[in-house]
Amino acid sequence: MRGPLSWLDERTGYKKILHEALYENVPGGARWRYVWGSTLTFTLAVQFITGIFLWLAYSPSSQTAWESVYYIQNEMAGGWLLRGIHHFTAQAMNILLVLHLLQVIIDGAYKAPREVNFWFGVVLLVLVLGLSLTGYLLPWDQNGYWATKVATNIMAMTPLIGPALQKIVIGGADYGHHTLTRFFALHAGVLPGLIIVLLVGHIYLFRRHGLTAKEPKRRPDAPFWPDQVLKDAVACLAVLAVVLFFVLRPRFLGMPGGAELGAPADPSEQFAAARPEWYFMFLFQMLEYFKGDMAIVGALIIPGIVMFILILMPIIGGWKLGHRFNVGFTFALLTGVAVLTAVAFATDRHDTLYQSAAKLAERDSHRVKELAGSKGIPVAGAVALLREDAYTQGPRIFARNCASCHRFDGHDGLGKLPTDAPTASDLKDFASREWLAGLLDPNKIGTPHYFGGTKFADGKMAKWAKKNVPKYSSEQKEQLRKVIAALSAEAKLKSQETLDARDTADISTGRALISGDINCTECHQFQKKDEDATAPDLTGYGSREWLMAFISNPAHERFYGKRNDRMPAFATEKILDARSIEMVVDWLRGEWYEPPREIAAK
Amino acid sequence: MENSTSESKSPPRPERRGFLKGLLAGVIGAIVGIVPLLSGLAVLFDPLRRKSAAASPIQVTSLNAIPEDGTPRKFTVLASHTDAWNKNPQSPVGAVYLRRTGPKQVKALNVVCPHAGCFVEFVGARNGYFCPCHKSTFGLDGKIASASPAKRGLDELEVEIRNDNEVWVKFQNFLAGSAEKIPT
Repeated sequence: MRGPLSWLDERTGYKKILHEALYENVPGGARWRYVWGSTLTFTLAVQFITGIFLWLAYSPSSQTAWESVYYIQNEMAGGWLLRGIHHFTAQAMNILLVLHLLQVIIDGAYKAPREVNFWFGVVLLVLVLGLSLTGYLLPWDQNGYWATKVATNIMAMTPLIGPALQKIVIGGADYGHHTLTRFFALHAGVLPGLIIVLLVGHIYLFRRHGLTAKEPKRRPDAPFWPDQVLKDAVACLAVLAVVLFFVLRPRFLGMPGGAELGAPADPSEQFAAARPEWYFMFLFQMLEYFKGDMAIVGALIIPGIVMFILILMPIIGGWKLGHRFNVGFTFALLTGVAVLTAVAFATDRHDTLYQSAAKLAERDSHRVKELAGSKGIPVAGAVALLREDAYTQGPRIFARNCASCHRFDGHDGLGKLPTDAPTASDLKDFASREWLAGLLDPNKIGTPHYFGGTKFADGKMAKWAKKNVPKYSSEQKEQLRKVIAALSAEAKLKSQETLDARDTADISTGRALISGDINCTECHQFQKKDEDATAPDLTGYGSREWLMAFISNPAHERFYGKRNDRMPAFATEKILDARSIEMVVDWLRGEWYEPPREIAAK
Repeated sequence: MENSTSESKSPPRPERRGFLKGLLAGVIGAIVGIVPLLSGLAVLFDPLRRKSAAASPIQVTSLNAIPEDGTPRKFTVLASHTDAWNKNPQSPVGAVYLRRTGPKQVKALNVVCPHAGCFVEFVGARNGYFCPCHKSTFGLDGKIASASPAKRGLDELEVEIRNDNEVWVKFQNFLAGSAEKIPT
């Protein structure tokens, strides 16, 4: 019968090709050790499929790269799964490459006449590593951005052409839109194209010379189909299962699945947690051992020598003991890589600086998704959401500008513990009832938590508290409690909303007492203008307006006047702009944008 | 065939075993291929889940801005607009021609040509609208004026005059190329 298939065969000869493909001889029969090449081809196919679909939704520019990946990951149906498979298959590919190379070297499959095919393989290895490197930047998150910067700076170390090469690769003097368009063109066009060409050559040469049989042959020769195909298929299934395990693992732990996405890249925001992908960590670690001018040794010379030896292996393998050298060299190399990787991870685990940076990175990454999910992303990009966010910027501004004297709950706002003792008060819960009760406690006012580090340790306020409060009768203590409630209510703290609403009677009594029996107004101004006031104004004490004015200029006569102890006038001296002061104040007061519940839960 | 040498050690029915192995290899192959493909297809078809924003009245201009002699005038319609991940507050989402039909009465026409979606232009000399792309022509009231590629007249939009002077238009786009007004 002459069906359409015979018609097609007469015109294409596909049956012969198919037959050749399936009935390739496997010397000694099917074996598990022959599966590595097929699993690699499989992972490459997965990357092509998932990559093209990702391409449909990815937008390479510095204002849209992170945003489009965020959208794929969090808004598009199945996007997290697609990106997760792409991300973890890339990692699987790197492992399979090493296993494939290892098997080729151990079995001596690089020996004549297969030298050229080995070189094809080495080039393919480099191209796949290039895919990893370029792909890592594309989401344009903090980690990818800063880690890739290291890689391109290393490129600039290349003698003579380095700086020019770097500019060409990153599309200018700095990272930006053209870095992404170039990396994306490399990642989705140039490198995959080259890989296809080389892979066709690689498989053609493999078929030409046949499989390198592992001696002794256990069984008679058999065709590729079906035994070896089945083994290959099972191996691919195992690879996919491992990939899916990593993609789905966070979901078992109640988190969104798929690959991670850090906070959007911010060239102005130091990122101390920058690390390359785990399979490049050994290179990262190696850079540490080469100081100053020697950096090029770790960055380029050693990797160059290793690549050179790898390329020479087919020739070395032809010499006496050459094969043993190759195997020994490979194992030594892998041991070195393993040791360096382990050292790198162990160092990070015990590095408190890295740990706090990683924690901050996670905080930012969580926060930006919360903001993007509830507010939407402005055209300026998601990084603008974080730059304008009190919850994100407050602690940073505090750490940079305030923590040299002040503390926040004992730390610098970001969780780090400064080595020097504080020379000004701890501002956690500033102006809350608890905080004020401590300030007016004769045993606490002189401690570093309050005035201990300042010249006010022996100032009028401290003297007043030490002299009067210990002698207070229980009735006066009750009065003081009401004064504290009244003063704290001036701050209108969000955290005290319910307390303030409940205690309106106490608060109004307390207000009267401030200028009455407790007589704060002897030194302070409260509610009405007082030309003779020598201490900070208590009207609106701790409120947003009060704090902003205070930070802007503590030496203003409304506050400390000439008595101001070392605190800079942050606005007047142009140390901080108005928005920064606003953000640090909002953060100190616990006031920042909270997304609606259902988004926070997501 | 090459596997003829293996006959001696094979179990009684090698063909059947070979078939089962082949079948199994095929099934596994299909599974490993379909998983990445399905995750990609979900993303490919994600746009089907998206709907255009529901039409709600938008304040376009004030009555004073519309010529009293009944000449149509074009106004840009601003609304908050979501483009995938971007939320743009008050950005142009389209345009309308507004024309007075009475002291307090206004007719609104969407500027989008119902043929293929180009923007039509009001041409005073012809006292009608003209599409620069395929030369559809419409009368002052938006109806098809002469033989035109367009299958229906310009899309009229609901207008509401609020507080005596504010012109609110229920802005909406409709499927191009159809004889019916089908909201997109």
